[in-house]
Amino acid sequence: MKARVIVTLKSSVLDPQGKAIEGALKGLAVDGLSSVRQGKVFDIELDGDDHATARRKLSEACERLLANTIVENYAIEIA
Amino acid sequence: MRAAIILFPGINREGDVARALRQATGAEPAIVWHAEHELPPGVDLVVLPGGFSYGDYLRCGAIAARAPIMRAVGDHAARGGLVLGVCNGFQILCEAGLLPGVLMRNSQLRFICKMQHVRVENAQTPFTRRYAPGQVVKFAIAHGEGNFIADDDTIRRIEAEGRVAFRYCDIEGRVGDDTSPNGAINSIAGVFNDRFNVLGLMPHPENLIDPLVGGTDGRALFASLAA
Repeated sequence: MKARVIVTLKSSVLDPQGKAIEGALKGLAVDGLSSVRQGKVFDIELDGDDHATARRKLSEACERLLANTIVENYAIEIA
Repeated sequence: MRAAIILFPGINREGDVARALRQATGAEPAIVWHAEHELPPGVDLVVLPGGFSYGDYLRCGAIAARAPIMRAVGDHAARGGLVLGVCNGFQILCEAGLLPGVLMRNSQLRFICKMQHVRVENAQTPFTRRYAPGQVVKFAIAHGEGNFIADDDTIRRIEAEGRVAFRYCDIEGRVGDDTSPNGAINSIAGVFNDRFNVLGLMPHPENLIDPLVGGTDGRALFASLAA
């Protein structure tokens, strides 16, 4: 089973890297962007085919390592 | 004073820390590999040195914070044992939950490597008792992720409990919005845990122990620990 975990900074946390990317895109004259925030994507393959079990394991992975929940949120997508 | 230095892959300041400890205590610190599960018997002080553990993959200090030895370091801290984390060591202690907050990318996005004045905010701890309260000292800083943040309640609690160890300041000890080189909230350069037996700081006191290489303002920290 394939899953994707997306980790993003909480909206209250400043993202200077996103700001720098935003500035560079504006410098390239890519129009119509109001803001950019950077995050991380993890593509994970799991054994078994039970979605509930997979979601539980991925939540544990996020809570214990993949995200620092003081400053980051995570979302889990299971294919 | 028996000290142990934890060595994670990618750490590079362990020799500097060992030299500072040797100078202060007269004893050779133990070097403990991260894959160990126990500290040597009778250890009083555990030091997590600076460097780039695991190449700063995922988040600075995140992977080292989950290394096997960190359970023993946590148990040592829970027993009241002393733990010092410098630079990447500070990041590891935050990731391990032994200190509050997070060290984010410097607000100007640049790696900073320079001498920096800091003010001693609390001189009544095992780490700082050889300094005078409010003393301005000069340490080296060298980091890309030293921008300390925590939620508002945590910051209020840290400030109210006197848990700020050092604050970035100018040469006269003034602290303002413009004195934090990395954007750290309230110019916080180092914090204690709630029992004052764990200290994390971004500056490198271990590099200021010899007049030949910039000064000796770091000696008092190691002398405090050895006292």
